[in-house]
Amino acid sequence: MSAPAAAARHHLVTLRVENKAGVLARVASLFSRRGYNIYSLAVAPTDDERFSRIAVVVDVESAPLQQILDQIAKLVNVVEITELDPERAHVAELLLATVRRSPEGRRALEEAVAAAGATVVDESEDALTVLLAGAPEALDAFAAALAPHGIVEVQRTGRVGLPTLGGPGRGRPGG
Amino acid sequence: MELTGAQALIKSLETEGVEVVFGLPGGAILPVYDPIIDSSIRHILVRHEQGAGHAAEGYAQATGRPGVAMVTSGPGATNIMTPLANAYMDSVPLVVVTGQVATTAIGTDAFQEVDTTGITAGVTKHNWLVTDAADIPRTVAEAFHVATTGRPGPVVIDLPKDVANATMRWYWDDEVDLPGYVLPGAPDPQVLEAAAELVAASRRPVCYVGGGVVKAGASEALARFVECTGMPVVTTLMARGAFPDSDRRCLGMPGMHGSYTAVTALQRADLLVAFGARFDDRVTGKVAAFAPGAKVIHVDVDRAELGKVRRPDVAIAADCRVAIEALTARLEARRQADPASLSPERLAPWWAQLDEWRRRFPLVYERDAEGPLKPQLVVERLREATPDDTILVAGVGQHQMWASQFWRFDHPRTWINSGGLGTMGYAVPAAIGAKVGRPDRMVWAIDGDGCFQMTAQELVTASAERIPVKVAILNNAYLGMVRQWQHMFYEERYSEVYLSPDLPDYVRWAEAMGCIGLRVSTPEEVTPAIEKANEIDDRPVVIDFRTDSMEQVFPMVPAGAANDDIVVHPSQVAPR
Repeated sequence: MSAPAAAARHHLVTLRVENKAGVLARVASLFSRRGYNIYSLAVAPTDDERFSRIAVVVDVESAPLQQILDQIAKLVNVVEITELDPERAHVAELLLATVRRSPEGRRALEEAVAAAGATVVDESEDALTVLLAGAPEALDAFAAALAPHGIVEVQRTGRVGLPTLGGPGRGRPGG
Repeated sequence: MELTGAQALIKSLETEGVEVVFGLPGGAILPVYDPIIDSSIRHILVRHEQGAGHAAEGYAQATGRPGVAMVTSGPGATNIMTPLANAYMDSVPLVVVTGQVATTAIGTDAFQEVDTTGITAGVTKHNWLVTDAADIPRTVAEAFHVATTGRPGPVVIDLPKDVANATMRWYWDDEVDLPGYVLPGAPDPQVLEAAAELVAASRRPVCYVGGGVVKAGASEALARFVECTGMPVVTTLMARGAFPDSDRRCLGMPGMHGSYTAVTALQRADLLVAFGARFDDRVTGKVAAFAPGAKVIHVDVDRAELGKVRRPDVAIAADCRVAIEALTARLEARRQADPASLSPERLAPWWAQLDEWRRRFPLVYERDAEGPLKPQLVVERLREATPDDTILVAGVGQHQMWASQFWRFDHPRTWINSGGLGTMGYAVPAAIGAKVGRPDRMVWAIDGDGCFQMTAQELVTASAERIPVKVAILNNAYLGMVRQWQHMFYEERYSEVYLSPDLPDYVRWAEAMGCIGLRVSTPEEVTPAIEKANEIDDRPVVIDFRTDSMEQVFPMVPAGAANDDIVVHPSQVAPR
């Protein structure tokens, strides 16, 4: 899922948007009509109730990154755009998984959970629900380790990120 | 002062200086139509909402002020989608007010409900669904600000009926607070210097002028730039008139049906100075083969246009007038410092080449041909017989290309047409809007018979409102441009393009709509009919010019082909 070549294509763009009805639809519709690919999306309120944060992972194969940023900047409700180079950012997402727990696999599963630093949030006689937050690659590895046990259901969120300290994470006003 | 939302809307429009609204009432917008009775705003009742939108566009294109249209919810809103899309493509400032079902009914599939802000999002600069009457003045101020500043464009204010009926306390604030809407500032001096350097170094420059120059009111600045640099100019379909055709430095229109010299000058140039142009596919032809040897200076108020199609060597995101003036000032300073740096001699070989192309490949048609009336002759005679500042409006198709090619445009805002979207039926309502905006000017529409049938009903509006527009139908009995493509690219297999010259009877139709109707079939009748039309100033006039069905538009760069593969008129020998 996250081969190195694909990772380099995936830039995380975070948008500070006005907290108004329909703003997410405007962003999504822009991507759709311009033919830009969204790899993942995360939306949440910010500490300032006037604004929300949209974190979009864009595939820069579909269009040059600068063109995508310039078109997003024209959306009136987008107040600020920050683009994160995957090499110079802390990027995280969250994974929740329910996995089968069999008597013979019990120990291996517990080791995998412990090795990844995941949290067990629920358990029953024959299943376990675990939570892991972290870098996408760590989540990929964890999901791969869980797979042999039999995954009942897995959900992952969109990515969020912050620039590395001292790095040139750049923000610019929309408009 | 307590007002209803409807009263606040009308008062807000008055405060914005709106003089005229094109519209058609219906259920959801009914509350707003009541205070219109008492308003200073002139309301023009169209016969179809598409007519309201295009008339507002024509008004905006002719005056430079925003056009305003008002329609009801549901089908009223969907019928004005085409004008919104047209205005979005051609950067026309348009404010459209749509009625909406009551906020309590939104989302219930109520009678005449559509998701107006949802379906117009892709064809507007921005739109607003007003959910509180207290927001109305602020929203109107924001709407006009967004529509008219930066790269102009259409906006929609969607007003639910209960909000129009609610009361609010009136206020007005000229300041708008849109933190996400930032306009470009003055160009960076270093970037301007880099541009000046390229201009001074070039020996085969072309100034590629787009509609942004007209929008920015930058024609005078452009004239000074050209005076300073001695550079040839091409004016795109959206920019005809931005630089005078009668100036010898104007090479005419580039693009699919551009003049040979304009097209080829771009191809052979070592520098393109693009002002307010967007490297549209109808100009570039095959992008990879467009102007292969040229460096590019690209000035546009919309930063997203810089590099969208062609990577510029120098990119300037700025208002065209500001940027052109600043660039010219730098070039003037260079010339003062070094008089040889911009000497006319540096471009002498280039001009010799351009003049040679102009001599060999002028725009031509069979002027003295026996037989059916040539459409180009009608355009030329119309130009000769009308005042210099006549506003010419066109629809889309062959007639539009002939109008653009054979008219002589000497002033900005004298040419109004649908460029980007290619909207058939644009001419009649847009001409009405132009005449409303510029009652002092003569307004002629050149229309095709196919186009005319799409929106002719607005001539009823023109007659009822005493708006004396004049319409020249180049009636070749075909969807002519489609026919031309079938002729050239589909082995003359003509599929669904024949319309008949007599059905409808355009003269009787015109008269039924309260216009004077005339018919012309021979070259001798052309000028007398135009002169007769020009004398009529109390009602619209329609002239049915019966023109040659076989005539085609040349030159032509076939779709997707390189501009070097331009096909000239059959009477002209190809250069290679």
